[in-house]
Amino acid sequence: MNGEQSQPFLQMRGIVKRFPGVLALSGVNFDARLGEVHVLLGENGAGKSTLIKVLSGVYPPDAGEILFGGRPVTIRNPHDAQLLGVSTIYQELNLVPEMTVAENIFLGQEPMGRFGTVDRKQQVRQTRDLLASLHLQIDPQAVVKRLGIAQQQMVEIAKALSFNSRLIIMDEPTAVLTTHEIERLFATIAELKQRNVAIIYISHRLDEVKVLGDRATVLRDGAWVGTVPVASTSVDQLVRMMVGRDLKDKFPKLAIAPGEEILRVENLSRKRVLHDISFQLRRGEILGIAGLVGAGRTELARAIFGADERDSGRITVQGQTVDIKSPAHAIRKGIALLPEDRKRHGVLAHLSIKHNITLSALSDFTHSGVINLQQEHTHAKEYAASMRIASPDLNRWVYYLSGGNQQKVVIAKWLSSQADIFLFDEPTRGIDVAAKVEVYQLMGELLKRGAAIMMISSELPEILGMSDRILVMRGGRICGEFTRAEATEENILDRALRGAPEHSDVTNGGVE
Amino acid sequence: MTDPSVKDAVGQSAPVPRSSPLVDRLRRLPWGRIGMPAVLIAMALFFGTINPNFWSVTNMGNVARQISILALISIGQTFAILSAGIDLSVGSLLALVSVVCAQAMLDFGLVGGIVIGVLAGCLAGLFNGLLIAKARVPAFIATLGMLVAARGLALTLSGGLPIAGLPHEFMIIGAGYWGLVPIPAVIAAVSFVVAFFVLSRTRFGRYIYAMGSNEEAAILSGINVVKYKILVYVVSGLFAGIAGVVLTSRVISGQPTLGEVQELYSIAAVVIGGGKITGGVGGIGRTLMGVLVLGMLSNGLNLIQISSYVQNIVVGAIIVIAVYIDLARERRR
Repeated sequence: MNGEQSQPFLQMRGIVKRFPGVLALSGVNFDARLGEVHVLLGENGAGKSTLIKVLSGVYPPDAGEILFGGRPVTIRNPHDAQLLGVSTIYQELNLVPEMTVAENIFLGQEPMGRFGTVDRKQQVRQTRDLLASLHLQIDPQAVVKRLGIAQQQMVEIAKALSFNSRLIIMDEPTAVLTTHEIERLFATIAELKQRNVAIIYISHRLDEVKVLGDRATVLRDGAWVGTVPVASTSVDQLVRMMVGRDLKDKFPKLAIAPGEEILRVENLSRKRVLHDISFQLRRGEILGIAGLVGAGRTELARAIFGADERDSGRITVQGQTVDIKSPAHAIRKGIALLPEDRKRHGVLAHLSIKHNITLSALSDFTHSGVINLQQEHTHAKEYAASMRIASPDLNRWVYYLSGGNQQKVVIAKWLSSQADIFLFDEPTRGIDVAAKVEVYQLMGELLKRGAAIMMISSELPEILGMSDRILVMRGGRICGEFTRAEATEENILDRALRGAPEHSDVTNGGVE
Repeated sequence: MTDPSVKDAVGQSAPVPRSSPLVDRLRRLPWGRIGMPAVLIAMALFFGTINPNFWSVTNMGNVARQISILALISIGQTFAILSAGIDLSVGSLLALVSVVCAQAMLDFGLVGGIVIGVLAGCLAGLFNGLLIAKARVPAFIATLGMLVAARGLALTLSGGLPIAGLPHEFMIIGAGYWGLVPIPAVIAAVSFVVAFFVLSRTRFGRYIYAMGSNEEAAILSGINVVKYKILVYVVSGLFAGIAGVVLTSRVISGQPTLGEVQELYSIAAVVIGGGKITGGVGGIGRTLMGVLVLGMLSNGLNLIQISSYVQNIVVGAIIVIAVYIDLARERRR
């Protein structure tokens, strides 16, 4: 409503940001006006976070210019951004849990009394005024860790205002909130608009975008797709802007006829995380698991693998019911997990390539506890070669390999352990395009050997390009199943965002 | 690795400061592998030049005997630190083992005393391991508790007094020779060989590195981390037990005050050798280097008549400098 009258408070022109092997932003334009909510949309990896980090001083741009109030500025670090009146509220909140609300809000800008001590009364009074002006009922002297996540978010917003921020960036603020809390947040955002603050709002939830946004900018593969007024743009149009691209060739999918059933999961539940999950997996098949971050996909893989406890449910491997109690047990049953967070859970960085590859199969060439190093070396060499790991020296630390090669090392480890059920969690996250294609080819080879793959991915093109069947998860439940032929980016995204259509039995009907 | 001067020649024609060929060649040596031995040789030459007695067979025997206790507990410490843990209790365990060993020897004879002494070390280690792996008490805290409690137990059991009257034959372990080599040094050497084999050639050893490098990934690779962690502390207790028996033999009595701050020297030996304090990197060979540096330093400084007060300053500085050099090398890569 006040979008037209004001000239943009912030303008970003032709922003370019490169990372080794990746062009994260290729000449992106973006602006923000005071008193307006500007939504930033795009799939995972589209460049939203990078753009925000350029704006908030985390990354310096490689090219392009940033103007505040028409004046060009250089933002070298988060402190520069703060001086310009830019505050960012990340998903992981930046509060000190052990300190009170007031102490957090005034951290680094404490009102000083005589003798250089902090004037606590003053601090509490100012905090109370600030919170009241936002119509928030939060005790300034409450310890932050005792507040709910929604209230903590409000404290972050109050903190941003205490810096006199003119521009507040919110990175998927509703991902962690309940419906009621979301309403509170929206009321606060309306209040911020009233105060003539500019808001950049990142979200995957298109329904919110329609409620909240004035304008929306869509990014795809690091490029600017368009900026549109939200009121006159349909959700379908936005989805098309987000996903529309040519997919062929990037996904070397083999045509393999699915064989016998190898894994069956029935009524799997884990308190608050997974609800009544049932599906089956057959040899030669890739089962794609789509859904938003936080939909319970990683938790599903970990529960099957025995890395997290299950509350109920039955798992059947090759016709035999097994009560998998630990990863070691799962591995003995031929299950492998390729974790989402490669650095934290996948590779052992300070072990050699060889020792990573053989780690889960060590018992095969160990006799009374002693490793036959010759056998181990031969074995590692064979699997390194079959994974085309680009390093001449198997004694090199995995630490020194590229992301793609690290991922191949993890796959080689599971291959060498004779696994035939592969749970792949974001198998191509953070690796470059060429290495991605190689990983896909390796997946094809696994299938040819009679393996089955359950592939969790947040990249819809990958899900569509590689899967034989697709399950969509939302809120810890399966809310849709599609065959390769039925699936489109639109209908998957629709399910992931909005859940199963009402008066439908898709939720239960998929497996039986 | 590309020569920096080549890169510059392609770009601007700014004059490139070139180091002399000798410096260049020195820089390219594999310092990671030869650095510590080089330091050791330099130290030996230095002390030997100032005081030629340094090289005498008697003195070398002394060095070997003096460092063998530290060597033994440093082996256990290597296991603990490699697994991303730590064992602060090894110093106190020397005292506990000494008291238990002496009392048992009076009650059950020579062999009984030795066996029970070593077992006492293992048992304390098992207790550490259960606390750390099962109850998930951080290793630092669990073994800190054991450090205090084991000392207290040793003082309680002995009433604070030495336990004397041990059989004369027992002295051979601490004071005897095998040819020219003191028996404690032989025991330490054999222990090093065994530990080297376990860490580099067995599944247990490999799993220790894996846990230390990335525990979460190790669990997801199917390693029974709980079991192997317990085993790590049992091993550390075992070597504290062996060291405690040797030490008891040297003083030919059970002493509840032995081994104070030895745990800190064992940690120092591991990190001076190049073991990473956060686990996963290091090895028994490196620890041996660390033990030798510490042992030679204290002996050499004695010989050139530096007071023990000043020696502490030097040792403290060496610990920090060694780790600093290691980190600096890692950053440059």
